[in-house]
Amino acid sequence: MAWTGKILRVDLNRGTCKDEPLNMKWAMKYLGQRGLATKYLVEEVDPKVDPLSPNNKMIMATGPLTGTCASTAGRYSVITKGALTGAIACSNSGGFFGNEMKNAGYDMIIFEGRAKKPVYLFLEDGNAKLLDAKAFWGSSVWDTEDGIKKKHGDPLIRVASIGIAGEKGVKFACIVNDMHRAAGRSGVGTVMGSKNLKAVAIRGTLGVKVKSPKKFMKAVAAGKKVLADNAVTGQGLPAMGTQVLMNVINEIGALPTRNHLDVKFKGAKNISAEAMAEPRKSDGKANLIRNAACFGCTIGCGRVSAIDRTHYTVVNRPQYQKASGGLEYEAAWALGAATGVDDLDALTFANFICNEQGMDPISFGATVGAAMELYETGVITKKQTGGIELKFGSARALTDLAELTGKGEGFGAEIGLGSKRLCEKYKRPELAMQVKGQEFPAYDSRGIQGMGLGYATANRGACHLRSYTVASEVLGIPEKTDPLTTDGKAGLVKAFQDATAVVDSAGICVFTTFAWTLNDIAPQIDAACEGNWTVEKLLEVGERIWNLERQFNLAAGFTGKDDNLPKRLLKEAAKVGPAKGLVNGLDKMLPEYYQLRGWTKDGVPSNKTISRLAL
Amino acid sequence: MQKSLLIDPGKCTGCLQCELACSYDNEGVFNPAKSRIKVFNFHDQGRFVPYTCTQCDEAWCLHACPVEAITVDRASGAKVVADDICVGCKVCTIACPFGTVNYNQSTGKVMKCDLCGGDPECAKACPTGAITYVDADWTGLERMRTWAAKTDAGQRATA
Repeated sequence: MAWTGKILRVDLNRGTCKDEPLNMKWAMKYLGQRGLATKYLVEEVDPKVDPLSPNNKMIMATGPLTGTCASTAGRYSVITKGALTGAIACSNSGGFFGNEMKNAGYDMIIFEGRAKKPVYLFLEDGNAKLLDAKAFWGSSVWDTEDGIKKKHGDPLIRVASIGIAGEKGVKFACIVNDMHRAAGRSGVGTVMGSKNLKAVAIRGTLGVKVKSPKKFMKAVAAGKKVLADNAVTGQGLPAMGTQVLMNVINEIGALPTRNHLDVKFKGAKNISAEAMAEPRKSDGKANLIRNAACFGCTIGCGRVSAIDRTHYTVVNRPQYQKASGGLEYEAAWALGAATGVDDLDALTFANFICNEQGMDPISFGATVGAAMELYETGVITKKQTGGIELKFGSARALTDLAELTGKGEGFGAEIGLGSKRLCEKYKRPELAMQVKGQEFPAYDSRGIQGMGLGYATANRGACHLRSYTVASEVLGIPEKTDPLTTDGKAGLVKAFQDATAVVDSAGICVFTTFAWTLNDIAPQIDAACEGNWTVEKLLEVGERIWNLERQFNLAAGFTGKDDNLPKRLLKEAAKVGPAKGLVNGLDKMLPEYYQLRGWTKDGVPSNKTISRLAL
Repeated sequence: MQKSLLIDPGKCTGCLQCELACSYDNEGVFNPAKSRIKVFNFHDQGRFVPYTCTQCDEAWCLHACPVEAITVDRASGAKVVADDICVGCKVCTIACPFGTVNYNQSTGKVMKCDLCGGDPECAKACPTGAITYVDADWTGLERMRTWAAKTDAGQRATA
């Protein structure tokens, strides 16, 4: 079977590591990864817990397909109560770490308590131990990963670690594996830092099995062909990465610009996929070196970039002149359009720093955007910023703040609060572009109406990856809907949310769903796993997971009132583009959404819904 | 007619589908740690390079083996390890100048690429064409074709 059937429980209070069997009854109801780990968290953690208390737990979880040859099947997620949001957090990462964990013999690692001194977990084929991390505390992600490999004399070890941001309590710290793949959002790295856990280092050589190998290979081959033949997954993403969207979203007037003051960014073309591929004047080379794939991925959307050696950010700093993870669309938007900065190399540098110090570039960039508005409106001055001229469009301010925030120093420590806490501190909470404490990603919900409902109801706070209705509203996948109307969006959002919960629980990447539907995914899961995994069953699992996350949030203290958007998106109309004159019509979508979900008018799952989903 | 694995690192995205296919064919499970082909990630340069046995004619491994466990598969030209003869002495791993014969501690034998009996799984699994299986005498054919297309002599001749 595709699950290893084993969990590693790491008690950081006592310093012990123990194996226990995976609860297969739960696996049949929640599949794996996001769903199954959420079930464990809900059962084991008081939803009211302070996210940074030792009583919060942090779970690293793979899906049943993780480590198999299904396309993109190398994913793992980190599930915990988020430091940024206080809501359920589930951050998904690619790279190679998830496969290593599976090959080391575990579906999940549950971390509980807090170590007295900094430690890291070293796991080799079923043998786990906590080791002293004194030598790595205070180091970046990059140095930690290098250092652990050198210390153990094994370049094949895979490492997931936090940088200085996670140690210093930056609220949107992430966990970075394989140098630049991240469990990025909601402050899961902050939780890891609060546990004095610097890194998880794994070598796994045990092999991953599936239930019916021949059937599985056939289903996987069919799936790969669908990805290869699809224009988005077969051509667009490998060639241009997610950055293929920059000019597209700007054109339709849905590119949130300067803290959502505008919906179009003049500099968009300068920070787009096209710009990344353009040879620059100084050395004739392009920012983009090549595309790269995560484990088992036949799409290969990842970007490998290098900064112009004459750029102010890297002169005399050889460590930043090397190739590393380049800009994805979300990062390019947050570091660029949200701040009004259109210097591609400055954005690439800020992105490098986010990877190096373990910060979510979306929340970082968006918070800098909010701080810039505070500065431009005179709410804060150079006195607060430590002399930084924090104007919209200032590349220097962006890159300086990236370095300061990554180390939790100076005004960077305030940026590290995230936009909600920062704007509350300066008595302008309405300037924080967030839901449930988490900053918006790169789509303006005045120009793409369904995304507004998706953001408002996403269980981990504002997020594009919970219901990517951009696919339908902009790209026409699986069918085109009008981005400017609210009609039918409640049903669309629910359908995307439920299906995505399945994808996130299987071990595969959500980008496959540009080409795959559950009809392509179900045969792969069914051939790999015990249980009869039909599309219908998977959809029920997805809906169950969504409701379980909702229940956690309600118990944590959130209510239907938190399914909201900032005033700016509800009252200040888009000034230009196709959405000119429009605000987001959340009030038109939300009641219908609650009804479709089987929730009360206050957004609470009804008893009937709870019993239908066997929660 | 024999064929050779032809590797074009410029096309490799580092996805490891080749390692997955190799380990599945040889071990029956997905386990890159037991793959006979290995993709190297030169991170700082942004390069991925798949590397495996080149099936040398005068194979160092074959000559070094004290128990003659490594033989030539006449059809494919592959140098093949017979697991029932191999004693795990690892002399071949020392002899191979390229490092492509390695010890497998879970079996106590050495492992190397055997071209899957003339139908290599890695080439079939590669999504980008970075690994192909081509006429052993014409591994340069595609490169020649590319350069041939660039010469202006041909254009003049047809003009």
